[in-house]
Amino acid sequence: MSDRLTARNVFVAALLALLVLLPAYTHATGNTFIMTLFTRIVILAIAAVSLNLIMGFGGMVSFGHAAYLGIGGYVVGILAKEGINAGLVQWPLALLLSGLFALGVGALSLRTRGVYFIMITLAFAQVVYYVANGLDRYGGDDGLTIQARSQFGGLIDLSNRTLFYYLCLALLLATVYLVWRMVNSRFGLVIQGARSNDRRMRAIGFPTFRYKLVCFVIAGVLCGLSGVLLANHTNFISPALMHWTRSGDLIVMAVLGGMGTVFGPVIGAIALLVLEETLPHLIGLGSYLVTGKEVAAAKEYWQLILGPMLLLVVLFARGGIDGILARLRRD
Amino acid sequence: MTDALLQIEGLTKRFGGIVASENVTLDLRMGEVHAIIGPNGAGKTTLIGQLMGELTPDAGRIVFDGQDITALPTYERSLMGLARSFQITSLFLDFTALDNVALAVQANAGHSFRFWRDARTESVLREPARAALARVGLGHRADVLAANLSHGEHRLLEFAMALANKPRVLLLDEPMAGLGPEESARMVAMLRELKRELPILLIEHDMEAVFALADRITVLVYGRVIASGALEMIRANEEVRQAYLGEQEAVHG
Repeated sequence: MSDRLTARNVFVAALLALLVLLPAYTHATGNTFIMTLFTRIVILAIAAVSLNLIMGFGGMVSFGHAAYLGIGGYVVGILAKEGINAGLVQWPLALLLSGLFALGVGALSLRTRGVYFIMITLAFAQVVYYVANGLDRYGGDDGLTIQARSQFGGLIDLSNRTLFYYLCLALLLATVYLVWRMVNSRFGLVIQGARSNDRRMRAIGFPTFRYKLVCFVIAGVLCGLSGVLLANHTNFISPALMHWTRSGDLIVMAVLGGMGTVFGPVIGAIALLVLEETLPHLIGLGSYLVTGKEVAAAKEYWQLILGPMLLLVVLFARGGIDGILARLRRD
Repeated sequence: MTDALLQIEGLTKRFGGIVASENVTLDLRMGEVHAIIGPNGAGKTTLIGQLMGELTPDAGRIVFDGQDITALPTYERSLMGLARSFQITSLFLDFTALDNVALAVQANAGHSFRFWRDARTESVLREPARAALARVGLGHRADVLAANLSHGEHRLLEFAMALANKPRVLLLDEPMAGLGPEESARMVAMLRELKRELPILLIEHDMEAVFALADRITVLVYGRVIASGALEMIRANEEVRQAYLGEQEAVHG
């Protein structure tokens, strides 16, 4: 909260420096894998930040947030397949459709709360998932390879990995800044007030439904952007983009990193995806130390370690990693 | 009856076989405190719920300042000037006291589709909120999280929010509930002062407070008005004594 040199601020600054300097490391070492990984991390962090806007600040636990990744991705993929590669057509259309989908889902689901809200958002996401499965022209459940990334004339070449990474990073930071401005604005206070005590909000004169709906749509559009970037990153779309476990991953990112702050989900996205990559190796290493040879099969059980870690965070560190960092100084 | 700001006519509300309000008719005039008393389960809070639009009556109508508001949603009634406090404290516990009140100010400051400017630096919201807090004696607690305030302070904060809501009528649901004698006395003094500015519909169990404040009393028993009138009349009413006051005396005696 303060502008001081707290442990958390130092950590966030270090993290940002790392993200900015990453391409230099890649250039120096030729390690492109880590750049690919972090491009993915940065893109999914946008989705996690957008989810946190409705979940952490608005108390709307959407279990169908991956649907927007799919919509964003499929708009890019389908248009590319039909020969429309112009980013200025693809991107706005993707964001528009994400927003419209959110408007429809929100208009229905926001009339419910708790478990019902979670189930309805999940149900809508599953509908989109199965629709994508049935799109035979666009690969059905096999997915579709995108021949060319979005074109922006000579403005920016997305097939340049470094440029693309920096574009994603810039969009992530812009998203974080936007959400930060928003949650501290009048609009943001209404959203947080509705999370805290919806009934009281109505009693003091706020039509909370429409504010929550607008918030839901904004989050959908931001997550649609993440989907657009993801499709451009992998040059491939498939229904797996919006499998329900992906929605779960996004929730985990937000919870793990910390829902109380705007930047928390970014930390969570980095933590989850880096763990996902490194835990199998650590298990391999461990099995080597114990048995003298690497047990390849053991690597598949990395989630056995991730699960308890999540449990510990949820049980003992409400506020996630970000919350732990914020407490370091106070104690 | 022409100076009645709020009129309730024939209000009826049933929950299954239970009648919470049965043909309730009463009004609230300028400059008065109209107390509603009655034993637990008499339908007092249900009545406020209907006045605020949180419950839809099965029959009857509610007229505020000449306008039929029976079908209006809660937030519109609030914006018209109906402000309520809750029997069970209903606050934004994860906000500071000042944030709580500032939200009530913001509700009456036009729409909130403003996405950019830091609302906590807007003096048009913060100043009136500070004033309302100061008025109830919570000025020094402005930056404390509502969750960390005492029960008595919660009641005061409830009240500050209602005040900041630009009310034209106050609907107070047991404002003395759980207050110590000192805090109660302070609340009574505050309400007495406030009564000069706006009429108050007061639901209260504390008879001392009721008799100190009310100009008129309506007695509800099982959702039905069994008596309504000036203080002395209610005090003298045999049915009321039996149904309610006697019971109280017996308990206290």
